[in-house]
Amino acid sequence: MDFKSMKYYLYWLYCQFELITCSYLMEPWEKLLFYTFNITMLVMISYTAYLFIPVHISTAFQFFLHLLGNQHENAVSVVK
Amino acid sequence: MERPGRAALGAQPRANGCGAAHGALRNGFVRGLPGTQINHVVHNGGLYKRPFNEAFEETPMLVAVLTYVGYGVLTLFGYLRDFMRQWKIEKCQNAIEREEQKDFVPLYQDFENFYTRNLYMRIRDSWNRPICSVPGAKVDMMERVSHDYNWTFTYTGKVIKGIINMGSYNYLGFAQNNGTCQQAAAKVLSQYGAGVCSSRQEMGNLDKHEELEKLVARFLGVESAMAYGMGFATNSMNIPALVGKGCLILSDELNHASLVLGARLSGATIRIFKHNNMQSLEKLLKDAIVHGQPRTRRPWKKILILVEGIYSMEGSIVRLPEVIALKKKYKSYLYLDEAHSIGALGPNGRGVVDYFGLNPEDVDVMMGTFTKSFGAAGGYIGGKKELIDYLRTYSHSAVYATSLSPPVVEQIITSMKCIMGEDGTTFGKECVQQLAENTRYFRRRLKEMGFIIYGNEDSPVVPLMLYMPAKIGAFGREMLKRNIGVVVVGFPATPIIESRARFCLSAAHTKEMLDTALKEINEVGDLLQLKYSRHRLVPLLDRPFDETTYEETED
Ligand SMILES: Cc1ncc(COP(=O)(O)O)c(C=O)c1O
Repeated sequence: MDFKSMKYYLYWLYCQFELITCSYLMEPWEKLLFYTFNITMLVMISYTAYLFIPVHISTAFQFFLHLLGNQHENAVSVVK
Repeated sequence: MERPGRAALGAQPRANGCGAAHGALRNGFVRGLPGTQINHVVHNGGLYKRPFNEAFEETPMLVAVLTYVGYGVLTLFGYLRDFMRQWKIEKCQNAIEREEQKDFVPLYQDFENFYTRNLYMRIRDSWNRPICSVPGAKVDMMERVSHDYNWTFTYTGKVIKGIINMGSYNYLGFAQNNGTCQQAAAKVLSQYGAGVCSSRQEMGNLDKHEELEKLVARFLGVESAMAYGMGFATNSMNIPALVGKGCLILSDELNHASLVLGARLSGATIRIFKHNNMQSLEKLLKDAIVHGQPRTRRPWKKILILVEGIYSMEGSIVRLPEVIALKKKYKSYLYLDEAHSIGALGPNGRGVVDYFGLNPEDVDVMMGTFTKSFGAAGGYIGGKKELIDYLRTYSHSAVYATSLSPPVVEQIITSMKCIMGEDGTTFGKECVQQLAENTRYFRRRLKEMGFIIYGNEDSPVVPLMLYMPAKIGAFGREMLKRNIGVVVVGFPATPIIESRARFCLSAAHTKEMLDTALKEINEVGDLLQLKYSRHRLVPLLDRPFDETTYEETED
């Protein structure tokens, strides 16, 4: 895939985003506010995800490991 | 829940079924078997002499959700801006109450004002564009810019020339500043002057008016007709003369403001039926006859059905054969507003009655305007001689309004004669055919491109659905950039999520113009992702219909 069409595609996506969220109609300072808010939310969500998802995954992994492997010994304690 | 019951009803042979050939055929509709969902296999049965293809595609769910998201964002920002204006953080440019009015009822707090201030203002540049030439097939527009986000506009002094005009109600192309109509009007202007400042009942009655009324009556195929100086007033002043207290008006939910105003002024009880929905109309008629007036239970004095020929926002054509059948069955009166359909529909350009091949006598009051197809101004009412004689004496717009200006009358006479072929040419007939052809072509092409198009396939009003608020502005601007003038419509003229662009075709549009317009529309459609169509059509009758929505205005 060549770089130019990729760039055009990204620009097009951005346009669609602007049209759907109506930021197309906003004044520059409103846009700034809107994007700041959106980006902050996005960053916060991804940071939260980054912090918690690995922990959850490893817990789940442990759980299934216990469930399949060492069932008699630890199943009860994991459920608790 | 509603439908199976109705289907069962329809399947029983009924004594007074209107035009029922056998049990399953009522109102010319072939019904499904009792107990099954009716899917309108045929919706142009017995009563229709021609195919009646009218469909409204459902709004795709995703589009509806995204539209609400857009409005949500704009509303939030609207509140923010209102807050800032109130605390003087931002200069307040909209209308506010004066200091001494502050303690009274707030004037600018309702939703429509909020909408105008915070949403409409952002896309206002797509409306009210000043033009500086005759609005024919092409039009010149004055360029304007706004430096304060549409609160004020300044003219750059430049003129954008040769914009393809897809927005005028110039159905037959009579909006011209040269040609026979113009010459005739100019001649009459020098002969009669611009007008007699008096009403028809006093000194304003000229021979031209009588000539016009005779011609209109002949054109419509009715006994007698009367012309007025303003289409809007024709509706709003004549309905009160026809019905009053103790009468019932059944009005289509999408009727024009003039009909609504007339109905309200009359003081009659108004009940509203679902747009073009004959079940809904029949139910109201039946209820009206069974129950009579509320409380007293006396029968209604008169029942008047108000419908339009072509609905200018939906592009739909009234189901006239069925309305007439219902009207006859329940012995009510029918008032048909042909503002958009006169000239634009039918093989002879004589409106919906001609389109369906019906008898004009079956319509009690034929109303229409000269504003659209004839390129003039004013309105008419046609019907039985007694009706018109009555209106001549009792209608407010006959008694109080100044009479039509003679050059305008001449424009109407010349263009109407042209449509009737009485000027010795076939030009009028060709225009009517050209319009029908343009309509079919334009609609077909737009459908193929995948846009959601509303309305009847023969209606020259073509609404193209835009839905999202940002796309209203973007569509208007992008089309203007490409030298095409379009009309975009949003709230409050339409439901809030059903914003649309409305094209009005004209016989003056050539194939090249339409092709150029279609090419640009296609391009803009791709750019803005407007091709929503899934080709899942819902015939109008299958649109959700709940019985409890009609309001009663009783005092
Ligand atoms: C259905 C209908 N009736 C009446 C009118 C009013 O006609 P006029 O513009 O001639 O006053 C209009 C015009 O827009 C209309 O669409």
